Amino acid sequence: MALLILVIATAVGLGTTWMTATRGTDLGTLTIGAWTAQPRIGTTEINPYARATVVRSGELPLGTGDGIAFIATTDDAKRLLDGRCDVTVSGITPPARFWTLTLYNAKGHLVANALQRYGFTSEEIVRNADGSFVIRLASRARSGNWLPTGGIERYQLMLRLYDTPVGIATRTQRDAPMPAITTAGCS
Amino acid sequence: MIRWLAALLAGLLLGGLVHLVSVLALPRIASQDAYSRLERITPVNAVKALPPADPNNAPIPLMDPAFATAICRYDLSSGPIKLAVPVSQAYTSVSFYTDGDVAYYAINDRSAGRKVIELDLMTEAQHAALPEDEEITAADRLIVDSPTSTGLIVLKALAADTGLMAQAQASLAAATCKVQTEPPQKPSATPRAGR
Repeated sequence: MALLILVIATAVGLGTTWMTATRGTDLGTLTIGAWTAQPRIGTTEINPYARATVVRSGELPLGTGDGIAFIATTDDAKRLLDGRCDVTVSGITPPARFWTLTLYNAKGHLVANALQRYGFTSEEIVRNADGSFVIRLASRARSGNWLPTGGIERYQLMLRLYDTPVGIATRTQRDAPMPAITTAGCS
Repeated sequence: MIRWLAALLAGLLLGGLVHLVSVLALPRIASQDAYSRLERITPVNAVKALPPADPNNAPIPLMDPAFATAICRYDLSSGPIKLAVPVSQAYTSVSFYTDGDVAYYAINDRSAGRKVIELDLMTEAQHAALPEDEEITAADRLIVDSPTSTGLIVLKALAADTGLMAQAQASLAAATCKVQTEPPQKPSATPRAGR
């Protein structure tokens, strides 16, 4: 009987820890469209679950005085980002001195491609006359701002805002207008 | 039947406890966290440039490939650290992490407001031991308190487009991070920040 209790306790306890440390939790997250950020991850007020995720992945979160990172793993229709599809990221970004958009595989590594293009910065992107932009993510070359996906099945996008008012006080799309992510078609 | 249910319930309760303890213990036992990874490839109390992030070779995951990055892994046990980072053309930032990967302070070129980001890093005990008149000069010396005696300083310079990467790397190459040679206990030995 005691053994059974211990087995259940170990399975439940370590199982939930593993789940929360790999997938993360919604604790203290800011979600705008398909984008999610954890404004307190770059402060000493980071919650224990976020800490567990950080040490497990091996990343260094952006310090709050530096900037904030938004992650997207799906498009606006909650469809997982697929490197074999044509995906567009379009619109405008929240106020920030600089931003970068980067494509990573599920493990957080850059995806190899012949152009050695892994993302765009706010300075190098080609914009429309009104300042908005369209980034095309696809495995084959596209006109305009093409970001190669390498044809991998799953990827994630990270939009980092540097020197920005967006942070702990940000709640909605109105404070932080994030670009839309749409899947156009799959090959 | 009731005994089995009681066992299940006890297991779940104990499981919750195991969960809490393991979540809190994870930062202590993790060996693949950023600090452990960088500890193997960086010297102590010196600036070391990281290779630019590329698909086959990234010291830590989720690095921003638009930045040149350098690390100063510090150990304050032999005294406070003096850090000087020249500001690059586009954007430069300095972020501080404990040896448990907690970001406790970050500053960028604009908030530093100078051509060179200069600051002193010390433990709270070392800060408290600073002589009184040292505090007066503290107005133009930025002092950062480290919650731990070891940790990481991450220096980053943005290459606004790919052609500017060499420039960003060069500006970080001029950064310095070293233990203060003059003991801070002697007020006369410290000039008024030279400014």
